[in-house]
Amino acid sequence: MKEVVPPISPATVIGNKKKKNRKIIQNWQLYLFILPTVLYFIIFKYIPMYGIQIAFKDYVPTLGFTGSEWVGFEHFTRFFNSYYFWDLIKNTLGISIYELAVGFPLPIILALLLNEVKDSVYKRTVQTVTYAPHFISVVVIAGMIIAFLSPTTGIINSFIQLLGFEPISFMSDPKWFKTVYVFSGVWQSTGWGTIIYLSALSGVDPQQHEAAIIDGATRLQRIFYINIPTIIPTMTILLIMNLGNIMAMGFEKILLLQNPLNKSASNVIATFVYETGLLDTQYSFAAAVGLFNAVINAALLITVNYIAKKTSETSLW
Amino acid sequence: MDINKINETKADKMFMGFVYFALTFALIVVLYPLIYIISASISDPAAVNSGEMWLWPKNVTLEGYRIILQNDAIWRGYIMTIFYTVFGTMINLVFTIPTAYALSRKDFYGRRIFTIMFVLTMFIDGGLIPTYLVVRNLGLIDTVWAMVLPNAVALWNIIITRVYFQSTIPRGLEEAATIDGASNFKLFIKIILPLSAPIIAVMALFYGVGHWNSYFNALIYLSDRSLYPLQLVLREILVLQEMSSNNLNMSGQVAEFLHSQQQLAAIIKYGVMIVSTLPIIAVYPFLQKYFVKGVMIGSIKE
Repeated sequence: MKEVVPPISPATVIGNKKKKNRKIIQNWQLYLFILPTVLYFIIFKYIPMYGIQIAFKDYVPTLGFTGSEWVGFEHFTRFFNSYYFWDLIKNTLGISIYELAVGFPLPIILALLLNEVKDSVYKRTVQTVTYAPHFISVVVIAGMIIAFLSPTTGIINSFIQLLGFEPISFMSDPKWFKTVYVFSGVWQSTGWGTIIYLSALSGVDPQQHEAAIIDGATRLQRIFYINIPTIIPTMTILLIMNLGNIMAMGFEKILLLQNPLNKSASNVIATFVYETGLLDTQYSFAAAVGLFNAVINAALLITVNYIAKKTSETSLW
Repeated sequence: MDINKINETKADKMFMGFVYFALTFALIVVLYPLIYIISASISDPAAVNSGEMWLWPKNVTLEGYRIILQNDAIWRGYIMTIFYTVFGTMINLVFTIPTAYALSRKDFYGRRIFTIMFVLTMFIDGGLIPTYLVVRNLGLIDTVWAMVLPNAVALWNIIITRVYFQSTIPRGLEEAATIDGASNFKLFIKIILPLSAPIIAVMALFYGVGHWNSYFNALIYLSDRSLYPLQLVLREILVLQEMSSNNLNMSGQVAEFLHSQQQLAAIIKYGVMIVSTLPIIAVYPFLQKYFVKGVMIGSIKE
């Protein structure tokens, strides 16, 4: 559909301006509709953005964001030179990359398998069951993990002992923390993660499959040459978004699973910000650490998106 | 007729065997913990702790539930959560629906600027500490407002609602209404709202589940125990209790509750998982249907 572009003359400019003003006046009530949301974004999103300057200041509550004294990069240097800096980076990246490596392919595989099933009752049963954990609260999930993995009363260790092995203290052994975190996430979100791929797969033209069948292609071949190419753009987008989020993982769950015994593995930047900022009230220092994390994240997102744009046709922007 | 059936080769049959095997495996892995929780919550605690009960309930007892229902902290948390969910969701709807409607109007001057203003916050935001300080400076700490205002609206839901309006409200409806002399306000109340019952229901579900399941805002904004939502009470029962070093943080009431019932502790835990998730289970059929649609709208609008 092509719009007719009128030749620009002074008269139409004035006309457009008049039209614009009329539109604003006529629809003034629409501005009232949007007003609460605009105020919300200003107060709870833009003022905190303005407040991030405390990362470069010594925030004193009575002086406020603006009145506190500038200290430059002091908080950042203190963080970079601290003995826990590399541990935090290592844990944060370690958990994220592990999660991505395991959690990213599984929904794709499950979606491809589900897509092969035409028996709708069975398919729907698998979907109904595997979607369900998505709606369980993170506190209950953490409670389940702790209860199931208890070395004395947990069902997992009962099975381990039944097989003749020693019980494992999953929650107090730092070695196990990442695995527990990642696989509980797999249990909770793999089913849910299939939805977006299944909707992409439903867009495959059935004629393509029919033609391939006539040419003697097996199911597996059709998955590799028809279905997977169809979902590659979706995969790319989700991969970019995941990589851009690599420093900001499910920190609410980590906070719940963290205890003094596993802390050497579970101390990540986000929980560190919470602890130093809100529990120890070192606001400026914690804000600096949070800002550092956000900047790394943004840089990653931009880089990955740039690479995706250069190497494939899909990118976020 | 399914064309797959016509010339299914041996390799295909074997592959389908694998597909069904893998899917059944996934089904069992996800289902087992859920069944276990239900069974454990009504079994003899000794059988649960020893691992003797591993699938179906053993020596059924409702003792765990009896103790849960007698606990004041849980009741209070439940009531507070219901309040936060209902009140919070109402605020969410009042913010989301009119905003999404305004943004869906092609003749709304400034819709692009507002959209950019909202979307920008997806990429940059102040972060935990500055947001916390703003909430504190507004004097919202330890008030019910801290539970509803910092999450008064979610950008994603505005986008989904806007897409709904754009695809269901016939174009020209606004013009017809304005020619008839109806104001935008009247148009919205009399015509748009009655047409948007489905999206209001969906948004109420989306936001409602979010409120019901969230704990983090309560953790950072509330220290007054009488305001605690259910999830924070659960955290004490399910998580903190396991970590002895944190026992000091627990309220006397909850600590006493768990310690006096040492042998029952396990089944109480499984019981509270069920009790706290009941409302979600009750609406699950709707959730599944509408959330799936929500994810799909989101993916189309990417």
